[in-house]
Amino acid sequence: MGKIVLNKVQKKFDDVEVIPPLDLTIEDGEFTVFVGPSGCGKSTLLRLIAGLEDVTSGSIQIDGRESADAPPSKRGLSMVFQSYALYPHMSVRKNISFPLRMAKMDSAEIEKRVDNAAKVLNLTDYIDRRPGQLSGGQRQRVAIGRAIVREPAAFLFDEPLSNLDAALRVGMRLEISGLHKRLDTTMVYVTHDQVEAMTMADKIVVLQAGVIEQVGSPLELYHRPQNTFVAGFIGSPKMNLFSGEVAEGYGAHTIGVRPEHFAVSESGGQWSGVVGVSEHLGSDTFFHVHETGLSDMVTVRASGDVALNHGDRISLTPREELIHKFDNKGLRIT
Amino acid sequence: MAPAVVLLLGWMLVPLIMTLYFSFKKYLPLRGDTMGGGLDWVGFDNYSRFFNSSAFWPSVQATLIIVGSVLVITLVLGVLLALLLDQPMWGQGVVRILVISPFFVMPTVSALVWKNMFMDPNNGVLKYVYQFFGAEPVQWLTEASMESLIMMVSWQWLPFATLILLTAIQSLDSEQLEASEIDGAPALKRFWYIILPHLGRAITIVILIQTIFLLAVFAEIFVTTGGAFGTKTLTYLIFQRVLESQNIGLGSAGGVYAIILANIVAIFLMRIVGKNLDK
Amino acid sequence: MARSVTTKRKMINTAAAWLIGLLIFFPILWTILTSFKTEAQAISNPPVLFGFDWTLENYATVMERSNYSRFLWNSIIIAGGSTILGIIIAIPAAWSMAFVPSNRTKDILLWMLSTKMLPAVGVLYPIYLLFIQLGLLDSRAGLVIVLMLINLPIIVWMLYTYFREIPSEILEASRMDGASLKSEILYVLAPMAVPGIASTLLLNFILAWNEAFWTLNLTASKAAPLTAFIASYSSPEGLFFAKLSAASTMAIAPILILGWFSQKQLVRGLTFGAVK
Repeated sequence: MGKIVLNKVQKKFDDVEVIPPLDLTIEDGEFTVFVGPSGCGKSTLLRLIAGLEDVTSGSIQIDGRESADAPPSKRGLSMVFQSYALYPHMSVRKNISFPLRMAKMDSAEIEKRVDNAAKVLNLTDYIDRRPGQLSGGQRQRVAIGRAIVREPAAFLFDEPLSNLDAALRVGMRLEISGLHKRLDTTMVYVTHDQVEAMTMADKIVVLQAGVIEQVGSPLELYHRPQNTFVAGFIGSPKMNLFSGEVAEGYGAHTIGVRPEHFAVSESGGQWSGVVGVSEHLGSDTFFHVHETGLSDMVTVRASGDVALNHGDRISLTPREELIHKFDNKGLRIT
Repeated sequence: MAPAVVLLLGWMLVPLIMTLYFSFKKYLPLRGDTMGGGLDWVGFDNYSRFFNSSAFWPSVQATLIIVGSVLVITLVLGVLLALLLDQPMWGQGVVRILVISPFFVMPTVSALVWKNMFMDPNNGVLKYVYQFFGAEPVQWLTEASMESLIMMVSWQWLPFATLILLTAIQSLDSEQLEASEIDGAPALKRFWYIILPHLGRAITIVILIQTIFLLAVFAEIFVTTGGAFGTKTLTYLIFQRVLESQNIGLGSAGGVYAIILANIVAIFLMRIVGKNLDK
Repeated sequence: MARSVTTKRKMINTAAAWLIGLLIFFPILWTILTSFKTEAQAISNPPVLFGFDWTLENYATVMERSNYSRFLWNSIIIAGGSTILGIIIAIPAAWSMAFVPSNRTKDILLWMLSTKMLPAVGVLYPIYLLFIQLGLLDSRAGLVIVLMLINLPIIVWMLYTYFREIPSEILEASRMDGASLKSEILYVLAPMAVPGIASTLLLNFILAWNEAFWTLNLTASKAAPLTAFIASYSSPEGLFFAKLSAASTMAIAPILILGWFSQKQLVRGLTFGAVK
């Protein structure tokens, strides 16, 4: 029902090619996340699917139908914008019912759907207020409600959580994931936050400069990044990448070791260095280690009870089987 | 888009071309010249006659004095007033309304109020104020006509300058000022090095916009001195040539001078507004 | 300033500001007060501020004798008509420039602005002549057209800036929600543009009401608005301060009050957005 297929989709703004010809398949019901640094084209790609931008060439199939030339309203999609884009002069009820009124749906049916959406999203108490009288999280839910009532083939989300504070963000993440399980509809979600991507996605699409670097499930991307870009992008804190002699020793141009894949001791390890800044979170401790000869700074995660501090010598041993190897083009050596 | 552009284009071009046309012709309707009877071409005669007439340079001088004085007065007082209004006080909203009001009084009313009720040598309020302080009252409109005019026009335009400058001051990020205070700068230095430069743009805008409107001051002169006692500005001179003495050719040439003058000022204003548009 | 200020400092500020404010407002206050005095008291020696017998006779006289209501009506029609006409013409122009901008948009806007810089006196005679030929001299219609044209640049400009402030994401959302262009304009854009249109209407009504060049030169008796009416009092006819004050107060009072509410619009409209 909600399968989306992009075939050789290309986008140019004037003469600048922002997205080179790209292929992508999003299966029905999948929660797909487009992730990447600023300017990588993820929002542009989303807007191409939505129909808010025209493709320069290529085809977009939504639900089996060729849609590249169809206007946004005819594609059967709903979108939640980063700024929520609620109609400021309409009440919550009118906001949510707007798409249904545009579709000239019968008013009894409209009322039923709106009340239902309001109940699902806990908006019933605010249904007659205006967006200006609501908090950020409430406005978010109204935007989602407006998207839900159309029962679209797929939902599009454009960085919906970036305007919320940290605590609210965690809560809304869970709500959106819960919504996905309940509605079982395709969702395409754009974010620059790789934590959101990892926790919410069935499938992650990593983009850089308009090019898809890798597509896969969160754990696939974590365990087997196909190139140094994805390796450095997924996982927080970032994977440590070393090149030079130490990499050649492993038969690669660059090797990568995740901060959580070091065994830490005061002495006797494979590599050693001096602790710079140490961040104690209680459950974990993050050490930023210098003078290792591997690179300027190595980030290491250790359990919370390792008691090393600024200036102490620290000894690191990587878990051999978890070392990632990359060739001189940055591609993974299997 | 089209209707607006077409209308403005017509509004600009048609009269402009006609003015240009008349400026090269001899046309005195009161002496029997008619458009239908054909008008004599006189080349640049009107232009040189206007330029060389004994009234020309005095009118330019009057214009410059009025525009210049009003600009200086409104800017200096405007900055001071704006700074004052930015301070914490009670009833700021009401004070703003009091200060703003002169701008919204129609020029004919303001001119007449000043002329009859303040400056009248027999019954004007100012006469009593002067007498109260034991000074000799001034015959405002006859002896100090330029000063009178400047006072009236400044009174009318001070609110504009104040409001613009106040808006600009309030847009100044307070953190900048607080940082400089922490850095030890005294109030006067803070004003000179931070506030004034920030106001630079607003002051320029005020100067340019007020100049455009001040060059066209008309009603005040019309209703008080009628151009006498040295208050005949360029605008008023042209008006007299055209509508009073009805020497259309001469007046039109004068009009062209005024248009050129205004355009020079306008170019500067356009550049600033244009830069702002790019944002 | 985010700190608390000493009460003493606040008192000084307040005193200074109120003093200056009242000084500036004084001529207006004096006019209003004088309008309620008898002619004799209006020129009393020394002048009296509040302690006089209040009377409404001046208002009655002005309204009866001089056909005041006709001038008032002319002002309303001319100011209102020119502004509304201007807005109707300006909305499509401002719309297309704000939402469908092209490379020429900026140039067109600046050019429109420049037409406002044209000194009126430079085109006085041609307009005068045209009006005679078209029978528009001393007619309200003629003045509505002229005032509309001189304010059109400001109207277009203001509407343009207000339209630009409407977030495009909201319009995109309406498209995603299935709205046709007509629906988008009718149900989303127009309601959001109403405050901007109202502000534009307010400022330009005020500017047109106070206009004192074309209204003085293109009217005689039939179409003369209040500006011209007051100007006709410029030659003194004996003791008449109180009546002049009454006429003046009636002429300026509504606009004065409207003006108090249009400070923000004034800044936006007359600096063409260059000062925020």
